Amino acid sequence: MKLLRIKAIAKKELVQIWRDPLSLAMAFLLPVILLFIFGYAITLDVNNLSTVVYDLDKSGMSRELTAELRESGYFTIIDNVDAHGAIDEYLDSGKARVAITIPKDFSKDIKKGGPAQLQVIVDGSDSNTATIALGYITAATELYARRMNGNHIKSLIDPRVRVWYNPELKSKNFIIPGLIAVIMSIIAAILTSLTFAREWERGTMEQLISTPVKTPELIMGKLIPYFLIGFLDVVVSVFIGVFLFGVPLRGNVFLLMTLSSIFLFGGLSFGILISIVAKSQIVASQVAMVASYLPAFLLSGFMFSIFNMPKPLQIMTHIIPARYFVSILKGIFMKGSTFRFLALETFLLSVFGLIVFALANGKFKKKVE
Amino acid sequence: MPEAVRVEGLTRRFGDFTAVDNISLAIGKGEIFGFLGPNGAGKSTTIKMLCGLLQPTGGKGFVGGNDIMTESEEIKKHIGYMSQKFSLYDDLTVEENINFFSGIYKVSREKKRGRMEWVLEMSGLKDRRNSVTKTLPGGFKQRLALGCAILHEPPILFLDEPTSGVDPISRRNFWDLIYEMARKGTTIFVTTHYMDEADYCDRLALIYRGRVIAEGTPGEMRQKYMKRDVLEIEVDRLVAALEAVYKNGIETAIFGSLLHATVDNAEQDIPRIEALLKEEGIAVNRIEKIMPSLEDVFVTLIEVA
Repeated sequence: MKLLRIKAIAKKELVQIWRDPLSLAMAFLLPVILLFIFGYAITLDVNNLSTVVYDLDKSGMSRELTAELRESGYFTIIDNVDAHGAIDEYLDSGKARVAITIPKDFSKDIKKGGPAQLQVIVDGSDSNTATIALGYITAATELYARRMNGNHIKSLIDPRVRVWYNPELKSKNFIIPGLIAVIMSIIAAILTSLTFAREWERGTMEQLISTPVKTPELIMGKLIPYFLIGFLDVVVSVFIGVFLFGVPLRGNVFLLMTLSSIFLFGGLSFGILISIVAKSQIVASQVAMVASYLPAFLLSGFMFSIFNMPKPLQIMTHIIPARYFVSILKGIFMKGSTFRFLALETFLLSVFGLIVFALANGKFKKKVE
Repeated sequence: MPEAVRVEGLTRRFGDFTAVDNISLAIGKGEIFGFLGPNGAGKSTTIKMLCGLLQPTGGKGFVGGNDIMTESEEIKKHIGYMSQKFSLYDDLTVEENINFFSGIYKVSREKKRGRMEWVLEMSGLKDRRNSVTKTLPGGFKQRLALGCAILHEPPILFLDEPTSGVDPISRRNFWDLIYEMARKGTTIFVTTHYMDEADYCDRLALIYRGRVIAEGTPGEMRQKYMKRDVLEIEVDRLVAALEAVYKNGIETAIFGSLLHATVDNAEQDIPRIEALLKEEGIAVNRIEKIMPSLEDVFVTLIEVA
């Protein structure tokens, strides 16, 4: 490989990117936009659940329970209704997600020593939210019951639970690092997916392959400028994650950037491989989008835990580089992991990158067909 | 004369279609070799095989001493190639394009500046070195493309329809450049479908439907393949005259505002055609035997083929 040629190609690509507003926007705006959209849209925390209360008891105790729920912060009581029909109306229209009915004898039953009944209806059409809401209600009523009882019921087992790495269990703390991994998978593949296809389409490739330029020189020359862009994108994404979303970055920034670079090498090479095989910009960008987005989103462990997947899918996740990058980013962000704990992921990412780079080299032919 | 290019039985098939059919060529060093033929005859396919851009289906040969079947990358080091379609970077400036190809061809640091100035000079783009290539007129683009293809001073140059779509003055200038390079020892293989350009070449081959149907110097082509006479006829009704003559089994074609008829013997056939046209009520202003142009030769050859 000759440095002079690689330099000439890299420089030419940079000038071309710089002169094309669309590719500039794609390189720098797209990751930021994606991060904001997904960063705000994807949250597994449930706050301010719209709730209606049908209080038949109308006692001090029932009002106290209502206040307890409201103050937890998880429920927003949007109305107090006085008929069952109204509850149906609220839930059917989707205006409320939770309906709580406090029966007539609620306070009487408590004073008798219980158990007092409480009817809770949860909109199960969003089952994830429903499960979480039920958990909150159970916890809130439990707390209330204990206080009513003067706290003198002792459990036989008193678990002292401590949550490590994300003590407040804030979902954004693990969503944002995972999201950066997913977005970078998409961006890396899309960035380079156009490079070879564009030259074939514009006819400039014919000139280029008539020269003595070697395939690895061509691929390296095209990788370098996009690597710089990808690197900047990671820096910007991490910056946004830390300073705008307030995600703590516990690990070493240098390690984070080094491992991101290894991931970028594979991701960008993957885009180049697609570009070489597809030979058309439209096909290449669409293949790159689907082939990077779907596995990164579904099989990387970002959205769905890998150990809950059926066995064949679990095996498949091993060939998805985003899987390793998600663990790396989550590890460095949340656990402050050092390289010792990420060595396997790093090794596998490197192997993936080298294989894809070699494939791209093998697939490119300096011939017209 | 040592040979720059020699191929034998060169063949390229695309599925059932044989684009180039068993072609043999030998081109001497420093020669301007014209490869002529109508569109789709196989000119570009041949040139791409010679440049190592397309794998031949069959045949053997050497370009600059390297095997066309197995050493295409070696060939690429010693040739310059200018494709039919403009293939520099439209969104780069003139200088950026030159710099890019300088880098690709590994032009040494000492030479780089000089080569850049040379290309700017020969393409007449000294004042537009910072213009984006997209904005240049066709003739300038063509010369810039030529300049970029010969930055590394290759001994053999392949030009695929270099003057198509360029105005006549630019075409003339372009041929001046080609002459200049040939004079300095560069071998030039040029395809064209402009028959008037054939006369600029040292030697010619005519390709038609994938086969070379004639070969020789322009002079040889006229003598060897034109045993019959060409008559130039000036009439008042061109198309009617064409139909009348053609109907009587005489090969005729329209050349501008004139008719060219190819006959076995001028002395006998002039009176015959005159009579024939008079019968149709067409006035003949002039009819005479002329020196056949290469175009006449090719039209005849293609009709025979």
